[in-house]
Amino acid sequence: MTAEPAVISKALAEACDEVRDGGEGDAGPGPAPTFVAAPGSTEQAAAVLRVAAAHELAVVARGGGSRLGWGSPPSRCDLVIDTSRMSAVLEHAAGDLVARIQAGARMGDVAAVLAQAGQEIAVDVPAGASVGGVVASGLAGPRRLRYGTPRDLLIGITVVRADGVIAKSGGKVVKNVAGYDLGKLFAGSAGTLGLITEATFRLHPLPAARAWVTAEYVAVSVACDAVAAAANSALTASAVELSRAAPAGPIRVGVLLEGSAEGVEARAGRMADLLGPAQVTADRPAWWPDAPGAAAPDETLIRVSFWVSALGWVLDAIESAAVRAGVSAVTEGSAGAGVLYVRVSAPSGPADEAGTGDGAVTGDEAGTGAAAFVAALRGAVAGERGGVVVLAAPAAVHGELAACGGMNGAVPGLALMRSVKDRFDPGHLMAPGRFPETV
Amino acid sequence: MTETAAVSGASTAADRETVSSAGAVSTLAGAAGTVAGRAGVARAEALAPAMRAICGPADVISDRLELRTYECDGLTSHRTVPALVVLPESAAEVAAVVRTCAQAGVPFVARGSGTGLSGGAVPHAAGVLIVLSRMRRVLEVDPVSRRAVVEPGVTNLAVTQAAAPHGLFYAPDPSSQVVCSVGGNVAENSGGAHCLKHGFTVNHVLGLEIVTPAGELTWLGDGTGVGSGYDLLGAFTGSEGTLGIVTKIIVKLTPAPEAVHLVLAAYDSLEAGGRAVTDIIAAGIVPAAIEMMDALSIEAAEAAVHCGYPEGASAVLLVELDGPAAEAAAELATVRAICADAGAREVRAADDPATRAGIWAGRKSAFAAVGRLSPAYIVQDGVVPRTALGDVLARIAKLSAESGIRVANVFHAGDGNLHPLVLYNDSVPGEAERAEEVSGAILDTCIEYGGSITGEHGVGVDKSKYLPKMFSAADLDTMQLVRCAFDPASLCNPGKIFPTPRLCGEVPGHHRGPQRTAPAGAEIF
Repeated sequence: MTAEPAVISKALAEACDEVRDGGEGDAGPGPAPTFVAAPGSTEQAAAVLRVAAAHELAVVARGGGSRLGWGSPPSRCDLVIDTSRMSAVLEHAAGDLVARIQAGARMGDVAAVLAQAGQEIAVDVPAGASVGGVVASGLAGPRRLRYGTPRDLLIGITVVRADGVIAKSGGKVVKNVAGYDLGKLFAGSAGTLGLITEATFRLHPLPAARAWVTAEYVAVSVACDAVAAAANSALTASAVELSRAAPAGPIRVGVLLEGSAEGVEARAGRMADLLGPAQVTADRPAWWPDAPGAAAPDETLIRVSFWVSALGWVLDAIESAAVRAGVSAVTEGSAGAGVLYVRVSAPSGPADEAGTGDGAVTGDEAGTGAAAFVAALRGAVAGERGGVVVLAAPAAVHGELAACGGMNGAVPGLALMRSVKDRFDPGHLMAPGRFPETV
Repeated sequence: MTETAAVSGASTAADRETVSSAGAVSTLAGAAGTVAGRAGVARAEALAPAMRAICGPADVISDRLELRTYECDGLTSHRTVPALVVLPESAAEVAAVVRTCAQAGVPFVARGSGTGLSGGAVPHAAGVLIVLSRMRRVLEVDPVSRRAVVEPGVTNLAVTQAAAPHGLFYAPDPSSQVVCSVGGNVAENSGGAHCLKHGFTVNHVLGLEIVTPAGELTWLGDGTGVGSGYDLLGAFTGSEGTLGIVTKIIVKLTPAPEAVHLVLAAYDSLEAGGRAVTDIIAAGIVPAAIEMMDALSIEAAEAAVHCGYPEGASAVLLVELDGPAAEAAAELATVRAICADAGAREVRAADDPATRAGIWAGRKSAFAAVGRLSPAYIVQDGVVPRTALGDVLARIAKLSAESGIRVANVFHAGDGNLHPLVLYNDSVPGEAERAEEVSGAILDTCIEYGGSITGEHGVGVDKSKYLPKMFSAADLDTMQLVRCAFDPASLCNPGKIFPTPRLCGEVPGHHRGPQRTAPAGAEIF
């Protein structure tokens, strides 16, 4: 900050009709902000960011708040911009399968509006997540296999730059190659390039029928064959998920089929044959996940991405890393799309068994095991195509991860990413320090 | 200087002298710190020995006559002879070529198969053209992961051919897929008739090895589709060769559909066909493709390939449905009924490959077939919201009637992507100009209805002047921040897309040399 809080407060109040003092928790686990501004429009948001730029305020954007704890906590935070007042579905062109929505709208509310026309944004996220948060975190749930992630569904975006300039790209037609696609750049940028204020999505018709086909396997190789067979079949699976509650335990594989009633019924029968002894249900199984949300306080949430042909090998690596680090690891995710999420919690075994391998972190405090697990897993997958990224971790684990590649590990193209960040946010005011840190 | 893609008869096209705007080129070269004009050309030519050392003598072209082979891409109205052409055979060679250019401050342009329709691969007069057609190996097919790794010169169709034995295919299928290169598809974010359901190139590219404009090799994405950090892979795809040169591509392969049905419905008006399209979408069906042709293009196609479309139809609608057998059969019944209810005078359906190919032949021949109706024509590419198609087609008809310039309409009706073919006789004085006016007015109409000036052909040199009608100065400035991050010297395919190049200047704030090593776990962003 370059001025007295009272001066800044006055400037913010002139820019935006809802400004309050900040407090603990407003920026998630990061430092408490001095101010919270809730602009009611893109123009107000731009005015707020101009004030922030003039006074060098570190800015954190906040939507639903469920993933504010992801990544590294920002190193500084003077101002939180709360998008919740920008919550309108501005345009729903049902005949064009397109919707333009303000960033603060909650996905559950949006879904209700779109469902009136039998349509949806085909991304599986919690109802409380905001549109801007979903785009900024870039995450998707099981149906990423068929529909991709938010960047694949986003066809237009409006952002406010760190200097307060409003910019848009794309538009409201699905097929459009005019100009650079800033939406791709902002999807997954975690609030570090600017503030997303509006997003336009391509929609999909809500399926008339759904069926889940599930099976359980003891042998890793058989489970892997089932995943590959399901994902590669012409039966058009919307999702192929895997869940393993303990590293050496049985493996559940589930396939989601969507479509017309007759089509889904016929396909479910054939998919069940493909999976071996399998169950077909019209209801979502209890274990079927959404996109990962907030991690529990003592939990480290890790994303492992890989080529599906390496699935068996990845499951074995998770198992051996868990044994080596003495942690319990729950594995689930979109195996058919090459993504698994591992939730690691406090060491389950004696401290002296934990993390004695190469490069592993040793120690007996809570969280130490998680870093050791990450180190072991990264060691195992080094040289393979894929990555091990820590999405969220307790504060103690953050520090320990530094020794094994930080939250993100190796990031290809990092030099170019830094260059992009420097161009968009030369003062490093947008969520400074959040992402991605690396060695 | 034409403003839109002109495809004219062979005799006239060759004679038509189209000059790449010398003024613009000089300005750009100056902005990039290079020497403009003749001195710039000489400077690029002087790199020939260095390039021969990198690529081998046989892979460097400096002969003036041979250089002319590369003066244009699929948009023949824009021509510029490059100072030098190189044909590298490996990523390392591409990197060395680019480094050499960067060090000398010489602009460079990448070219795949040269089928682009917006002049994206038009060379720079004082620059090096890097032709990637000798890098055409399919390096890897991993059927279990549904991935293939290919070099940029591999043709689009060759990827599907490599995948086919495994029951997989590469979904983006631009109509030039027999010859167009995957590297070019990445640059243009190519679509095709089937992108309505299956998506664009950007949805099917999961990793790129690129040479940065500074000449460094780096990967964007690792083929998993799960990124860490910014999605530069997504930002790069569709950047029309302005952010670097692709040297390897990891693509997603898709299970081949079990069943494919093609429905042909003939109507007495475009409006009736348009109603069928609206009703199909409203029924919750996403066909693989929905194509429509008007009377003029049907007539041309019939004359060219005898595709046997219903005689005297004012509109022909093609709807392709693909997927699992049971699903596709259910959709087929629904689509047939909808087409009939919308007033079709005839509805046909085919599921065998030969009959489908016969029906598709009419649609696929349409662009070339229109050449029979007119000595020259402009292929336009605009997009409108699907629900505005009827209004926009009426506006095009009005523009045509008022100007006396005939317009044939062939379009991807499912996603509102119009390809009006603006017909003219270039031996009639003033007619080419009037055709260009009509073509431009069509784009204005697309913008007015909330659409886009290009759905799949790109901006290139052809449409940069229209870009400010779609985007504000701030929008374009922001896009060019990306350009500045990748290519601050503006050497990589300069003068394309953006009508007013942004001077990148120094980056304010944080400065980092390439050798800077960050302490472990430190804050980087």
